Amino acid sequence: MKLFRLPGGIHPHTCKTLSSDQPIQSLPLPEWLHIPLQQHIGAPAKPVVKVGDLVYKGQVIAVSQGAISAPVHASTSGKIAAIGNYPAPHPSGLPIFTITLKPDGEDRWLEQEVPNDPLTLSPEAIAMRVNAAGIVGLGGATFPTAVKLNLGRRSQVHTLIINGSECEPYLTCDDRLMRERTMAVVKGIRLIRHAIGAQTVLVGIEDNKSQAIAAMQFATLGTEIQIVPVPTLYPMGSDRQLVQVLTGKEVPADGRLADAGLLMHNVGTAYAVYQAIYLGRPLVSRIVTVSGGAVAKPSNLEVPMGTLVEELFRFCGGFRETPVRLLMGGPMMGIHLTNTQVPVIKGTSGVLAFTAQEISCNAVSPCIRCANCLRACPVGLLPLEMAAHIRAHDLNGAIRLGLKDCIACGSCAYVCPAHIPLVHYFSYAKGELVARERIKLKQEATRKLAEERIERQARLTREREAAAAARQTAKEKQAKALAEAI
Amino acid sequence: MNPPTHAPHIHLPTDIGQIMNNVMLALIPATLLGFWLYGWPAINLWLVCVLAALATEALSLYLRGLTVRPTLLDGSAMLTAWLLALSLPPWAPWWIAVIGAVFALLVGKHVFGGLGQNVFNPAMIARVVLLISFPVEMTTWVAPVPLGSEQAPHFLEGLAITFTGSGTSFDALTSASLLGHVKTEFTRGIDLQTALTGYFIPHEAIWGWHSGSLGETSAVLLLLGGIVLIVKRIITWHIPAAMLIGVLLPAVLMHALNPSHYLGLVPHLLHGGLMLGAFFIATDPVTSPNTAIGQWVFGCGCGLLTYIIRTWGNYPEGVAFAVLIMNATTPVIDHYFRPRIYGRNRKGEALLP
Repeated sequence: MKLFRLPGGIHPHTCKTLSSDQPIQSLPLPEWLHIPLQQHIGAPAKPVVKVGDLVYKGQVIAVSQGAISAPVHASTSGKIAAIGNYPAPHPSGLPIFTITLKPDGEDRWLEQEVPNDPLTLSPEAIAMRVNAAGIVGLGGATFPTAVKLNLGRRSQVHTLIINGSECEPYLTCDDRLMRERTMAVVKGIRLIRHAIGAQTVLVGIEDNKSQAIAAMQFATLGTEIQIVPVPTLYPMGSDRQLVQVLTGKEVPADGRLADAGLLMHNVGTAYAVYQAIYLGRPLVSRIVTVSGGAVAKPSNLEVPMGTLVEELFRFCGGFRETPVRLLMGGPMMGIHLTNTQVPVIKGTSGVLAFTAQEISCNAVSPCIRCANCLRACPVGLLPLEMAAHIRAHDLNGAIRLGLKDCIACGSCAYVCPAHIPLVHYFSYAKGELVARERIKLKQEATRKLAEERIERQARLTREREAAAAARQTAKEKQAKALAEAI
Repeated sequence: MNPPTHAPHIHLPTDIGQIMNNVMLALIPATLLGFWLYGWPAINLWLVCVLAALATEALSLYLRGLTVRPTLLDGSAMLTAWLLALSLPPWAPWWIAVIGAVFALLVGKHVFGGLGQNVFNPAMIARVVLLISFPVEMTTWVAPVPLGSEQAPHFLEGLAITFTGSGTSFDALTSASLLGHVKTEFTRGIDLQTALTGYFIPHEAIWGWHSGSLGETSAVLLLLGGIVLIVKRIITWHIPAAMLIGVLLPAVLMHALNPSHYLGLVPHLLHGGLMLGAFFIATDPVTSPNTAIGQWVFGCGCGLLTYIIRTWGNYPEGVAFAVLIMNATTPVIDHYFRPRIYGRNRKGEALLP
């Protein structure tokens, strides 16, 4: 198959061999599970259990609220111990609403009926079941999958793209999944295809995962699914970039993939869809890569949602040396964890513990305009100029240069010889933009209220005057009538 | 635990200092040849240049209230001084080097706000200021007298040449550079062929065996250094290629039209500062455009202006002027030649679905 060129991109040291030979192991049930109600993009889920309730594995404990949301299920059987605030897996460590579950150790599923032949289900039924299973995009974006399936059906998607590229260094969970649970992934892909009615299915896998490619190719022989090895080039896993490489198409700015007749799902999501529909099992666990130079035994683990990161590291033999930085996600776009007491959620693809050697903590020096950032940018932005505008508090200038098109992949900051935290600048500016929008909305509302008040007062005055005039005429009429009567 | 940090958490292990060091490494062959050809005075001149530049950098940083050490060690000041030294007449007196280095760092760099903020190439701005202010010292060249040869000044004589301006053999060795010689001969009404006879010996010229600036004479060694920089991805090939084409195209064309008046391709390539300019000066990232197309425009401009100044201007050599003029246009070029943003057309409007 003919591939297209990706402008920009970088070749970070992938470090995947640390964990790529480690088969997926099941993490033993921890003593506590802290299951956050916001594990997806959109509105947080609403709890439907009380403290003290006994729940089965896979039982709904919080339902979705609003159009873009996903329900949350109990990751094992046990007792609801608490419903309240618990630190979120986020650099701020700020608490979010979380259900704490005390496992009973039985790990008993809530049995659900499963269809005889899932491929005969209607697309609507598949989307409904996917929605009920609480499946969100497992590539990291955590967008509710059912919403995307419905969107795909509505927008007449002709090509389904399955993202198995796994371009983040260190992460190998998708690689292992494709190698070990190939048939399940393929069945999931076929279900998704059926649900959106796409003709073509392309599975993009970076060419550094030869075993995953071979396994998937073997499992899809004679099917409509095409396995496409793509060059190992970060950020290949970004949806728009993978689309560009596979199809040569560009999704219009401010547009969606579906507008171009495309839809993309992660391989992990396909696996979750398989489990939900073939086995009737909602999304209660995921595969997490535990890696980094500081980890004693890097591994791939199947982890119940809500397990504390600490448990993962403990299972992997702890640390061989004190890590200088802990991450959730990959090193290019992952978030910094300030401690290990935070739970694994649906979007957690990896937890990494880095040594000082792996992290470069170089001092920032002035920009010498070397333009490496510009050459690395897969979107065609001018990171150095955007940063200069932001430094000068010229947000509009940064927007003109394409700030809103930035996908925050980190390629620019990775190559910058001056170690300028470019992505940090852009995140800050995007945050400022949101704040500015909010202020604008507020001002708009205030202005509207003030206008309404003036109008109301004018109306009241008018009405008073009209009433007075009416009274006057009535009085005159009365006087006239009286005079006439006399 | 450490305070929260932002992604990406891994980084390419390079820094500004490494870039500067690589450029300096690439300059070493041409510099060593210059040292050998022009002897002790050239070595002295280079040293004075570097020391004066480092002192000025340190003083400027101190005056600006910045930490001196890290910036002083990043190699940028030394590189500026090095490039300036290579563009000076090899036996120029010490004060030329000092004035040049001080001007380059103080006015060329720190007045604009320091590293990365300057609009013009500091070394070239210093060279041009020296050329205009001290034309005699800046156009007094020597014929090559390799170290160890009979005529070469020994160490003490070298010191005398650099620091007192006197030297036993100095006057006997002065000799115009080729571009200067041709220009002078033209004013005397002598045609090109006659002027070049005995003056232009291609196989010597290729190695840089002729009078000229300290490090500009060996086109081959400069080309070698430039290729190393391209291979190591310190610079891209666009500016050098464009600049060479900018000189070579008109040179070939004009020479074909009137061979008795216009120098051909080879002398243009091998003499003057074209190679140094194309690979080491015009490619200065701070003062050149960002995008490949912008770099093409910039490089072609540098080349064309160099040719025009050499051919019709008052100065025999035009690289420094050309680069400075094009430096001034860099912001404009950057404004007009931007990469196309994904999902948008060149005007920045969203693509149609």
